[in-house]
Amino acid sequence: MNKNNQKITIQNLILHYSDGTESLQDISLDIPAHAITVIFGPAGGGKSSLLRVLNRLNDLVDVVKLEGEVYLDDLDVLSPKTDVIALRRRVGMVFARPVVLPMSIQENITYGLEIAGIKDDQRLEDSLEKAALWEEVKDRLDDPAVTLSGGQQQRLCLARVLALEPEVILLDEPTSGLDPISTGKVEESLQALKEDYTIVLVPHSVQQAARTADYAAFFLQGKLIEYAPGNLLFTNPQDQRTQDYVEGRFG
Amino acid sequence: MDRDLNLGEMIITRLINIAGYSAIIFVGMIFYFLLREGLPTLNEVNFGNLVSNRWYPIEAYFGILPLLGGSLVITIGATLIAVPFGIGTAVYLAEIAPRWVREILKPLVEVLAGLPSVVLGFLGMLVLAPFLRKYLQLPTGLTAFTGSLLLGGMAIPTVVSVAEDAIDAVPKSYRDASLAIGATKWQTIWRVTLPAAKSGVTTAIMLGVGRAIGETMTVMMVSGNAPVLPGGIRALFKPARTMTATIAAEMGEVATGSVHYHVLFFIGMVLFLISLLINITASFVVFRQRQRQERILS
Repeated sequence: MNKNNQKITIQNLILHYSDGTESLQDISLDIPAHAITVIFGPAGGGKSSLLRVLNRLNDLVDVVKLEGEVYLDDLDVLSPKTDVIALRRRVGMVFARPVVLPMSIQENITYGLEIAGIKDDQRLEDSLEKAALWEEVKDRLDDPAVTLSGGQQQRLCLARVLALEPEVILLDEPTSGLDPISTGKVEESLQALKEDYTIVLVPHSVQQAARTADYAAFFLQGKLIEYAPGNLLFTNPQDQRTQDYVEGRFG
Repeated sequence: MDRDLNLGEMIITRLINIAGYSAIIFVGMIFYFLLREGLPTLNEVNFGNLVSNRWYPIEAYFGILPLLGGSLVITIGATLIAVPFGIGTAVYLAEIAPRWVREILKPLVEVLAGLPSVVLGFLGMLVLAPFLRKYLQLPTGLTAFTGSLLLGGMAIPTVVSVAEDAIDAVPKSYRDASLAIGATKWQTIWRVTLPAAKSGVTTAIMLGVGRAIGETMTVMMVSGNAPVLPGGIRALFKPARTMTATIAAEMGEVATGSVHYHVLFFIGMVLFLISLLINITASFVVFRQRQRQERILS
């Protein structure tokens, strides 16, 4: 891995929730720019927690212990001095279940732009285009967003994030509720998007991890077990536990 | 065995039916009684008298406009106080307050909603009215404004309780989604959470207004009971009298079947009509929203 190309640097990250359900134990991980980095493993392994640290959504929950360092380029993400709002505009996030806001399709995109103070009518079309949704919704932009199908909603959520032109896109099982065709469309979009963005993806299956990963990190019970380029990790895992999970022996 | 089951089923169904129909029958009977006692007014008092601005039953002046005006002024005043404060408190409790504050405040607010209105009226007479008289330099502290303040205060717990439930029911994922694209907490509350809770918040406001317009005891005790047609903003700081207070104050001393008696029931009809209108408006609003949601979901 080329050291100059790191987008996010995580060093010795430790996280505990107050109820002790899920935590991260001493994670060190470098996430390269312009690639899809997949974070996978069985449930409760700390994948979502890690994503939520990267754009500080964890601020909203009961975290009793948070140590270590996370850098986005040169920005100290965890520092209390960091402007969280600005950070979240650089690091967008798409959730497991599509969360369209209770507004029209168009407003779902323009809401983010308005609060960011961006006036650029072109971004609406561009972002929907990039999320492979424009053709399907261009004639019904004023319809309520909930009238879209699940797959369309998820792509709308992706478009909403893209409209803000972030540098990093975090996706937490973005296709878990989608049919194979929609899933394929989202994955296709991601492959196209990695030219311009840094993508961190928590896939909903090992198969998806193997399909999409440029780099893959295997998480088990809060520990980073193995981190390698995708083609290596899935064909020749170094750790027995990784091999067992990839081959479907547990999970 | 099967027959027993059917019999039990039948009895329960009948009981539920009876309970349901009895509610309709009771409302119908109330309405009938109200009409029977109130409608003769239209024969006994000529219409010009009824809509004049003088209420002086002993001399046979039955102008109900001052009472209508009094109710209107006090209710609008109370709504203007209850809605912003009520929704503000609801937002604070649901979105901003730390959990322990919320767990203490929410039950307290709900207890407040059950406070008997006489107690509030008593507090209003002894504490609020003298205070207002002194600091606003009024001839008397028993004014429409005093009534509005107290009624607003009484409606706040109702508004808070219902609106807080509605806001709390908005899925957390909406907030996360909004925050994740860089919205501030305030933008999220104003642009996403409150609009999503719209129908519940509307219900809360309607219930609050309903409570204010139907309230009798408190307004009778603190708003001065002068049946004067309010004109202009200054009327807020003069004594006023509502329809409810008039009925409560005079019903006890009126001869059954007299003209005055019929007019009081006529006022009751007007009140009934007003609250009916509010209810219809409210359910129309909620119904339209529900219809829209169903269209969306189907």
